[in-house]
Amino acid sequence: MSAAEYIEPAPAEPRENYLNAGYGVRSWLLTKDHKRIALLYLASITFFFFLGGLFALLIRLELLTPAGDLVQSETYNKLFTMHGVVMSFFFLIPSIPAVLGNFFIPMMIGAKDLAFPRLNLLSWYIYMAGAMFTLWAVVHGGVDTGWTFYTPLSTAYSNGHVVATAVGVFITGFSSILTGLNFIVTIHTMRAPGLTWFRLPLFVWSHYATSLIMVLGTPVIAVTIFMVAVERIFHLGIFDPALGGDPVLFQHLFWFYSHPAVYIMILPAMGVISEVVTTFSRKNIFGYKFVAFASIGIAVLGFLVWGHHMFVSGQSIYAGLMFSILSFLVAIPSAVKVFNWTATLYKGSFSFDTPMLYALGFIGLFTIGGFTGLFLATLGVDVHVHDTYFIIAHFHYIMVGGAIMGYLGGMHYWWPKISGKMYPEGLAKFAALVIFVGFNLTFFPQFILGYMGMPRRYHAYPPEFQVLNVMSTAGASILGLGYILPMAYFAWSMRYGRNAPANPWGSTGLEWQTTSPPPTENFEVPPIVDKDPYIYSAEEVETVG
Amino acid sequence: MADARPASPASAEHPVMLQHHFDSPAQQKDASQLGMWLFLVTEILFFGGLFTVYTIYRWSWPSGFADASRHMDWKLGTLNTAVLIFSSLSMAMAVHSAAVGRVRRIIPYLLITMLLGATFLAVKAVEYTEHIRHHLFPGPWFHYPGPHGRPAELFFSLYFAMTGLHALHMIIGLAILTVLVVQARRGRYSAAWHTPIEMSGLYWHFVDIVWIFLFPLLYLIGRHIH
Amino acid sequence: MNPELPLFPVQASAMAGQVDALYFYLVAVSAFFSLLIALLVIVFAIKYRRRSNDEFPVGNAGSLKLELAWTIIPFFITLTFFAWGARIYFRMNRPPNDAMQVYVVGKQWMWKIQHLDGVREINELHVPVGQPVRMTMTSEDVIHSFFVPAFRMKRDVVPGRYSTAWFTATRIGDFHLFCSQYCGTKHSAMIGTVHVLSPTAFQAWLAGGAGSESLASAGSKLFTQHACNTCHRSDSLARGPNLEGLFGRPVHLQNGQTVVADEQYLRESILMPQAKLVEGFQPIMPTFQGLISEEGLLQLVAYIKSLSPAPGGEGGGAAPEPGKARIAPPVKNSSPEREAPK
Repeated sequence: MSAAEYIEPAPAEPRENYLNAGYGVRSWLLTKDHKRIALLYLASITFFFFLGGLFALLIRLELLTPAGDLVQSETYNKLFTMHGVVMSFFFLIPSIPAVLGNFFIPMMIGAKDLAFPRLNLLSWYIYMAGAMFTLWAVVHGGVDTGWTFYTPLSTAYSNGHVVATAVGVFITGFSSILTGLNFIVTIHTMRAPGLTWFRLPLFVWSHYATSLIMVLGTPVIAVTIFMVAVERIFHLGIFDPALGGDPVLFQHLFWFYSHPAVYIMILPAMGVISEVVTTFSRKNIFGYKFVAFASIGIAVLGFLVWGHHMFVSGQSIYAGLMFSILSFLVAIPSAVKVFNWTATLYKGSFSFDTPMLYALGFIGLFTIGGFTGLFLATLGVDVHVHDTYFIIAHFHYIMVGGAIMGYLGGMHYWWPKISGKMYPEGLAKFAALVIFVGFNLTFFPQFILGYMGMPRRYHAYPPEFQVLNVMSTAGASILGLGYILPMAYFAWSMRYGRNAPANPWGSTGLEWQTTSPPPTENFEVPPIVDKDPYIYSAEEVETVG
Repeated sequence: MADARPASPASAEHPVMLQHHFDSPAQQKDASQLGMWLFLVTEILFFGGLFTVYTIYRWSWPSGFADASRHMDWKLGTLNTAVLIFSSLSMAMAVHSAAVGRVRRIIPYLLITMLLGATFLAVKAVEYTEHIRHHLFPGPWFHYPGPHGRPAELFFSLYFAMTGLHALHMIIGLAILTVLVVQARRGRYSAAWHTPIEMSGLYWHFVDIVWIFLFPLLYLIGRHIH
Repeated sequence: MNPELPLFPVQASAMAGQVDALYFYLVAVSAFFSLLIALLVIVFAIKYRRRSNDEFPVGNAGSLKLELAWTIIPFFITLTFFAWGARIYFRMNRPPNDAMQVYVVGKQWMWKIQHLDGVREINELHVPVGQPVRMTMTSEDVIHSFFVPAFRMKRDVVPGRYSTAWFTATRIGDFHLFCSQYCGTKHSAMIGTVHVLSPTAFQAWLAGGAGSESLASAGSKLFTQHACNTCHRSDSLARGPNLEGLFGRPVHLQNGQTVVADEQYLRESILMPQAKLVEGFQPIMPTFQGLISEEGLLQLVAYIKSLSPAPGGEGGGAAPEPGKARIAPPVKNSSPEREAPK
């Protein structure tokens, strides 16, 4: 419990901060304060996380038995579709950027706000408008195309509310574009005096890379979904094979965004891990520039690998070769990051606070997720495991094991700053352990299931797959409980938690140099930066000669 | 626009149009320009998806696309191209007037731009009506005599998707110009601060440029083949 | 089925062993590095745990050598994955010339299979052991995917085009056939069984489907029924290209291009005759879209292929003379390496 030693004398009267600056509904719904907007996002994505989780729970319950006996196949198809839509577009993509990024990027660069505060608020309203369309579709019977909206199933054959869902996703895309645009402009123009590019925290670098993807990729999915919607509404025949249109072209356009979208989910989490690993080992990051440029490398290469989703779709073999080798290339910067985090721990001062436990979990699970990604980039193996539970396990290791671990790690790390309160450390460590165990029990068996050949999106399955499915469902129950715990104790701490000092972890980050919670203008005195990030010691030594 | 925060200690030294979180007008202007250009990049990628689809299908069905494009009225298309180019000119004049401080000329130029934009949309509406009357709108009513019916339906699907999206951008542009006119009447703009006019100008020019690409791809490809 | 907990799929095709070997290599490399990283993290965490709150370890200056090492070494390791995977992928995409031809049509939610000599089955595929089998597949509605885990074989079945896949079964038995591309409500019911039989048992099974006419002859009937033969003929009254010997040959088009007359070309020319107009002919052929089912199209394709006696071009398949393909060759050591291109 390193926290205790850093407590500063708490002021008797709570000083003016962004939370007590106004109490009315209007003061929240019309706020232009990036910190309050971050909390609006936090509330919304938490709702969608548990909604998506509820769908996941029902999916796992159905798969407890081989026969499709809990729900009808149509209902099951809607469940996994809505799980994918809600989790990807309404939770994972906005999660770290719109909550933690929104809150901390201005603070980390010593700015009073993002460059476009009203645009920031607008992006939340756009997100909510998209969410309303999607929720409307859920309530009125759902949609059963899979979150991938593959044509011609989505355009001509599905009976669900494809258009409402598509419009929801389309609209939400613009909130993502506006957030990314806001971040890029902010990072370019709003840095504090002395804060050069290579003094930026890596969290900011990873968000810069993320924003590039949001700005360059999202318009493509938007126009693709637009084409699906007009094909469905007006019977335009853009992907209709009967007119000579090509349904596989849809997949190219879809994955041109949706593969980079995976990096929208994981890059910010990597940024969190860089912050947490340095703070809790009191070390500057090993190979700062390599970690920073790895983020940019992932963002750029990420745009060139979409075709690895189509190795069995009938695209040219030579296209397959290109996409395969590019997919291996994009794995290298991720590996570089993992190696650098590990090297950062070497001869550090390691403290086992909860955020660090999540960081360790992230490194382990992301490594497994990354390696199994190599299986999928390997042409000969992908043909077998494509569209099986292997890929389900792989991307949950990246998105749940990676992105959500990073998100929770970040939430614990910054919760004292956001709320001004400390969470119960013992309970938090327990929850981290429960989540780690539950996660592995849920998803590791799915690798085995996948290689055995169980296809994804199956409502019923042959009986020999049952034992592994039961394990997975058992793990999911543990995981679900694990996720409820942090929400419960964070809420509890708002009222009953100990007051947090300005810098409970003894971090060097700018965001910790102001009070907890911060004032509306973030800093009493605008900061001036005169040194590199993560400097815990004046000396530096070469690890290897 | 700029809601100067009364509580902000810095507000005294801030010019009126400077928002509280910026340090200087130059920084604010930098941010606006970078933001607008980034937005236009997203727009390029947005239309880029449709242009990609068009390119691939035209490569697959060259004669079908050429044949279908002969059903377009190139005279109306040319007229609309001219209309848009002139609207860009008057938009540029509005921005220029603001930049050199001739604020009284801003509104007339904006109105001319809007008039030309509305003309474009009216001509487009005439064309759409003609297409629909000739059963060229895809779907169950589509009827296209001759051997190229199916690629032609593909062509017209793309035609309506692309020009429809472009027309939507024109309508949004008109809405933005309306706001500019109202603000200009209130005397909000000056040589020192007219960023909204400048940014809207960029948007307007972008929408025109999209049409400059759409026009030959949709109206002219069939012209050189007999 | 299996009293134990199965953890690994059976190997029932010539490809399965090759895919599994690569898979185990990947597992070994991944496990080694994952455990190495986990071990390092745990050792560092314990060895360098914070003992007093006043300790501030010296910073690190980084190391270009290490950075280069862990950039370049992983890159070369992944290159081995790439090269090995690509080799297998090429084999998967190059059906041998002596493969037995089977036609597959996917629709919501069943697999319809036609053998060359006319035997049809639904959600079942009977094949002889040891004989390469090439499948030409298409879909009537949405995208499906033909997946036989025991064969490590999967291929999307896309409406509007033909996709091909092949396998050589090496083990007698029944194996799962799954649709692995989500295709709507009863996706998980679009399953079936591949029955791998001994050559003699396969012959007996084929004979059991007696009375059915061969695919080519059904196609020939369709050809007459739709009056294709009034234009596509070999004499001077022909207003369309002569189809004899066409399959697998290059065709010169009016726009100056040349295409090879493969299955995809034949299908497209029936449905969209103007798309690739043959040099010297008028665009007079009407479209047959909506008039002929996907199965009928496959019969026509089989018929036109049967007009070209010699195996035409790569992947052209054996000359599907009725009655010939029925005699499944005895088990050959047709290891796929033999046919693999360089």
